[in-house]
Amino acid sequence: MNTVIAAVLLLTGLGVLFGIGLAVASRKLAVETDPRVDEIERLLPGANCGACGYPGCRGLAEAIVEGSAPVNACPVSTDCAPIAEVMGVEALACERQVAKVRCIGGKKEAKERFAYVGSKDCFAAHQLAGGPKACEYGCLGLGSCVEACPFSAISINENGLAVVDEEKCTGCGQCVSACPRDLIALLPAGDPVTVYCRNTEKGGVVRKICRTGCIGCGICVKQCDQGAITLENNLAVIDPEKCNRCGRCIAKCPVKVIHGTVDEKLTAAAVSGGK
Amino acid sequence: MTDLLLIFFGAIFINNFVLARFLGICPFLGVSKKLETAVGMGLAVTFVMTMASAITFGVNKLLLRFNLGYLDTITFILVIAVLVQFVEMILRKYSPGLYQALGIYLPLITTNCAVLGVALINIDPSAGYNFIQATVNGFAGGVGFTLAIILFAGLRERLEFAPLPKAMEGFPIALILAGLVSIAFLGFSGFRLQALLGL
Repeated sequence: MNTVIAAVLLLTGLGVLFGIGLAVASRKLAVETDPRVDEIERLLPGANCGACGYPGCRGLAEAIVEGSAPVNACPVSTDCAPIAEVMGVEALACERQVAKVRCIGGKKEAKERFAYVGSKDCFAAHQLAGGPKACEYGCLGLGSCVEACPFSAISINENGLAVVDEEKCTGCGQCVSACPRDLIALLPAGDPVTVYCRNTEKGGVVRKICRTGCIGCGICVKQCDQGAITLENNLAVIDPEKCNRCGRCIAKCPVKVIHGTVDEKLTAAAVSGGK
Repeated sequence: MTDLLLIFFGAIFINNFVLARFLGICPFLGVSKKLETAVGMGLAVTFVMTMASAITFGVNKLLLRFNLGYLDTITFILVIAVLVQFVEMILRKYSPGLYQALGIYLPLITTNCAVLGVALINIDPSAGYNFIQATVNGFAGGVGFTLAIILFAGLRERLEFAPLPKAMEGFPIALILAGLVSIAFLGFSGFRLQALLGL
């Protein structure tokens, strides 16, 4: 009987002792945190995707409170106004951004140099003599971005190209760094007018290897009266901030490499204006 | 001094907690996908194993005084859980950098059976360790765990690019790999440490 009592007493004693010890320690060693950190963390998406460059949403919340990150530093969050309110500052522009794969030269349009049977990884394929595609700038369609996407927003279509589902995309930017060819960029949501090609070779070279590659002819630059299109290294680049979505470049592009949703009213005006 | 050296190298290579005693397999398989996190886990385990060895040695003396030696397992679990909590608080207060680096691995160690294992092995009468020897055994056990998990994480990182049959991808091949690494460590069991260290 004595052993039972001794066992119960000793374990209870130890338990109580440790309990009190921990309780005292948690009081003495309490770390004061800014209540705003918790509040902002609640307002952030909580996916801990790391797109902001901080370790998780809590890391960003701490940085915002500290003042080392702006209130709209989260590329995923669609609305930064509540966070701005917590911090007591004016809300900056909080436009939603989505990823876009800037290549539309798939199996049908672009030529292949050799049959690739290696591992299903764009980096591996890219390092193997520049990849199986004749175009060294185009989408390899092996799905490194698909794997990188934490929101299952990217898929490879039947034409062997990566496409982003704008609805599912949160603009976290993980795929941007997953693409060995730098094809994916974060652009404003709503299907902006974009040149879907990154090939900087001269026109003749591009024509031989891909039917929908930008040949750098400059027709779109002349069409644009907003000055939104520039030619850099034989490649047309559209500034989405200047573009007013008139759609004339889309209509005139000889290789049909420019796509995007067009403002119908502006297109009608352009046609009736006789241009 | 000699006995300490023997315990130290013995616990790392010959009786490696993961690869020879098969303790702490859960974090060994769970946290070894990336080298970086494996290093963090290894450091945290080493820290807690050393502390746990020292404290449970004293607690065991207390148990033995009351003739309650059979309560060692449950008491050690209690001690380790409290210790991990306490260490977490201290780190958070005085070393936020280390606290951030160890992150979620610190609380996970509560359920690492290598920690309980080292505490129980230390009090084994046939080993007859004293306080210093027990602490060294705990520290070396942690170092051995770190070595094993780092080796394993390095292998698994390379395995990511290996062309494997679909059914073997991921966890199945990791289990086979763990077995192979363990067999490799069996090679150490024939070492005569005394001769090797020139003692």
